[in-house]
Amino acid sequence: MIGITSYGAYIPLWRLKREAVAKGGKGEKSVGSFDEDSLTMAVSASVNSFGGIEREAIDGLLFASTTFPYKEKQNACLAASAIDLRRDIMTLDVSNTLRAGTSALRIAGDLVKAGSAKNIIVTASDCRLGSPGSSFEQVCGDGAGALIVGETDVAAEIESSFSVYNEVFDVWRADEDKFIRSWDERFVQSEGYGKTVADAIARLMREKNLGPKDFAKAVIYAPDQRRVEEAAAKLGFDLRTQVQDPLISTIGNTGAASPIILLIAALEETRPGDRLLCVSYGDGCDIIVLKVTEHIEKLRSRRGVRAFLESKQYVQDYATYLEWKGILKKERGPGKALQEVSLTALRRDWAEVIRFQGSRCKSCGTIQYPPQRVCTQCHAKDQFDLVRLSDKKGSLFTYSADYISDPLGVPVILSVVDFESGGRAVLTMTDHNSKEIKIGMGVEMTFRKLFYNEGIHNYFWKCTPSRA
Amino acid sequence: MKGIRDKVAIIGMGCTRFGELWDKSQGDLMLDACQEAVEDAGIETKDIQAAWVGTALGGLLGMRLARALKTEYIPITHVENLCATATDTLRQACYAVAAGVCEVALAVGFEKLKDSKYLIAGGFEPPESTKIEPILPPATSYALAANRYFYRYGIAPQEGKEVLAKIAVKNHHNGSLNKRAHFQREITVEQAVSAPMIAYPLGVYDCCGVSDGAAAAIVTTPELAKKYRDDYVLVKAIQLATGAYQRPLQTAGDFVHFEETVVAARRAYQEAGITDPRKEIDVAEVHDCFTITELITYEDLGFSPRGRAKEDVKAGAFELTGELPVNTDGGLKCFGHPFGASGLRMVYEIYKQLQGKADKRQVKDALPITSLALPVIHPCAASAFWAVGSS
Repeated sequence: MIGITSYGAYIPLWRLKREAVAKGGKGEKSVGSFDEDSLTMAVSASVNSFGGIEREAIDGLLFASTTFPYKEKQNACLAASAIDLRRDIMTLDVSNTLRAGTSALRIAGDLVKAGSAKNIIVTASDCRLGSPGSSFEQVCGDGAGALIVGETDVAAEIESSFSVYNEVFDVWRADEDKFIRSWDERFVQSEGYGKTVADAIARLMREKNLGPKDFAKAVIYAPDQRRVEEAAAKLGFDLRTQVQDPLISTIGNTGAASPIILLIAALEETRPGDRLLCVSYGDGCDIIVLKVTEHIEKLRSRRGVRAFLESKQYVQDYATYLEWKGILKKERGPGKALQEVSLTALRRDWAEVIRFQGSRCKSCGTIQYPPQRVCTQCHAKDQFDLVRLSDKKGSLFTYSADYISDPLGVPVILSVVDFESGGRAVLTMTDHNSKEIKIGMGVEMTFRKLFYNEGIHNYFWKCTPSRA
Repeated sequence: MKGIRDKVAIIGMGCTRFGELWDKSQGDLMLDACQEAVEDAGIETKDIQAAWVGTALGGLLGMRLARALKTEYIPITHVENLCATATDTLRQACYAVAAGVCEVALAVGFEKLKDSKYLIAGGFEPPESTKIEPILPPATSYALAANRYFYRYGIAPQEGKEVLAKIAVKNHHNGSLNKRAHFQREITVEQAVSAPMIAYPLGVYDCCGVSDGAAAAIVTTPELAKKYRDDYVLVKAIQLATGAYQRPLQTAGDFVHFEETVVAARRAYQEAGITDPRKEIDVAEVHDCFTITELITYEDLGFSPRGRAKEDVKAGAFELTGELPVNTDGGLKCFGHPFGASGLRMVYEIYKQLQGKADKRQVKDALPITSLALPVIHPCAASAFWAVGSS
C-alpha cells in the first residue's frame, strides 16, 4: 500500500480583508509577509509534516509551485537544505501549472511504487499576484501544504489516479509576467475549468464504477467559490456534507498549493474507511482517489490547515499589502543601500545560515550559535558536532524594538533567544504583534527572506511568537 | 609588574567643538585639535616624534594625519577599536613613551560622521559576509540591556524611563555649561520620557548625538613634563578589555552588566592603586552612548551596588553638585559622539578639571584630585579605562 503517511500545512499569519482592496469585497485572503515567498512557505509546511518520521529517512523532495524564486537554480535543492535533509536524495521542481502539486503527488506515488524512494516529501506552495484592480487580486491567497508519501503506516492510500491535459489558454503567465493573465470570462469558464473538471470526473466515475455516494469528501480545486459550487452541483456532490470548503473566503485561492492544502483540510476531518476524491485543474486535470486508513488517527496532532486558519492578524491596509508585494515603493526617509552578499561566504557558512545548525562542544557540551571552532565556555578547539537548532523551541531572553531602521518591518524586533535544548541566538523577530512582546515568551524558528539583490534571494532564519 | 602608573604625563590637549561641522573636513578636524594640543603643551608640531590617529569609520590611512599636520616622516599608525578608538590611540602613545622609544608622542582621534547620509546604522561586518546579522542601530543593541535590566530588577517601564531620563537631564544640564558641546540646552524629565521612540525603551533623549569632532593629547615622561608645565597630568592606569562575543554566545550572558567594563575596571583600579572607587574617585567621564549604558556603568565601575544604581540616580549622586560627578562636560549625550574622538574628549575634560580650568563645570575640592576618564564601549567590544591624577 502506497500513499500519504503524514501532512503539514502553512498559512501565513497575515490576512487582508477584500473590502480593503475594493468596496464590496467579501471575506479575506491570506498574505505572505514581506519576508515570505513560495520557498519559505514550503519549508514551513514541510517542517510541519514531520512528526513520526525522522528527517534522515526522507529520500526525496518534490517541490511544486508556479511562483518559484529561481528559474535556473533548483528550488527543491534549497528547500531540502533549509529543511535539513540529507544530500543523497532526489530533489525536483515541478512547475508551471496550477496542477503541479497533484502532479508531484502522482509522481511521488509512482517513485515509491517503482522502488526508487521510500519517503518522499511533496510540497506545494504559491504566492501568485493579480494586478491591482483585477479579480485575481481579490481571490488569490498565499499558502503551502506538504505531504509525505511512502509505504509504511499509510494514512491515505492512493487507490487510483489519472491525468488529462487541456491546451486551452484560459489563465496563464508568460515567463516575464508578474501578474496573472486571462481571457474572456465566459470562455475561461466554459472551455477551461468547467468543461475539463466535469469531463474528467465523469470519466473517473465511469471507469471505476463509482458515484458521488462512494466518496466521503470531494476536494475540488476552485478558481473561486461559485465555480466549485457549480461543478459540485453538476456532478451530484452534496455541497454541505461532501464538498471540501475551498476556503476562498478565509484564505483565498492558493494556486498550485490549493489542492494540497484543501486535501489536508479534508484529511483532518476524515475517518478510517473514508474515500476521498482530489481534483486539480490547470492546463488539464489530475484526479486522485484516496482511501483513508486507521493510521489517520496518528496524524491528528500535525499542524494542518485548521491550526493556521484562526491564527491571524490583519495587514494594516491595502497600501501595506502593495508594498509587501513590491508593487508599490514608498520613499521612507534615507534608505540604506542594498548590500552585496558574498556567495563564497554563503557557501562556507551554509550550515549556519540555511540549515541553522549550531555547534555542540564535545568537551563540555555547550551549544553555541553560530558554530564556533573555539568553544566559548571551555576553549576546546575544533572539537564539536553540528546540531540542528531550527526545530528547537526557544524563549525570549530580552529584546528591543527598533523604530527607525527598516520601515517595512517597523518596528524591527531584535531578539535574544535561548533555546530549550541549550544555546542562544540573536535574531530578528517576524510576524509579531509588537504590543504583546514580553521577556520569557515562547518563540519558534521560521525560514524567511532577508532581501533580494543582484539576482540573489538572501534567506535566513527569524524567530516568531509560537503559532498554532 | 607596576604597569603604566606614573610613567607617562599629559602635557597638552586639544578638543574641537563637537557637532554638525559642515565646514570642517577630516583634515581640518585633525589639524584644529592637534594645534590646540601643541599650543597647550607649549611645543611645536616638529617636536612630535610619533603619532597614533584613530577613526572608526573615516578610512584606513594613518598618513592622512601626516598630510594634515605636515609632519616630517614620523611614524604614524591608524588605530581602530570601535568606540574605544581614541583611548586606544592614547594607550599606544603612552606605551611608546613608557617603553622609552620616544619622548613626545601625539594621540588624536577624529570622526566626520556628517559627510555621509549617516543612518545611525551599525554594520561593521567584513566583505566576507552573508549579511545575516541584522543591520540595526547601536541603540537597538543597548536597548536589549535596558529591557532586561528593567525585567531583572523589577522596574516598571514608566519608572525605568524616568530613571534613564534623569541621566539625560543631568548630562544636558552639564552640556549647557560647555561651549564645545554639540547640544547646549537643558531638558526636562517629561520631555525625555515622552520623546519619540528610537529603540524601545530608548527615546531620542536617551541616545547620544551624531557629531563630527576631534580631540588630541600630547604625552611625554614625567621627568620631561616638568620642563613644559607645572600642572601636567599623570596617567595612573590604562586598561583595555576586549570581549569575545560572550553575551550572544552564552546563555549565562545576563545583559545587565558589561563584563568588559568590569574586567577593565578591576585591572585599572589595581594598576592605579584604587580600592574604594566610590570614595576615591572625584570625577568620572563614562561612555554614555545611551542612558542605559551610563546606568549600568555606574554598577560595573563599582560606583553603585548591583541593581541599585537607580537609587543613586534619584538621589542625584552623580550630578555636578553631587558626591561623584559623572560626565561633567555633557557626556556623549550632549557633547556628542564622533566615534573616533570620544575617548580623548573624555580625557580632555578630566585634564581640564584637574587643572582647575573647567569653568562653570569645575568640580569643587579641586587640586589635587584623582579622577577617572573612562570610555566604556559597545557591548561585545572593548572597554578602555583610564585613571589620571595630578600627582
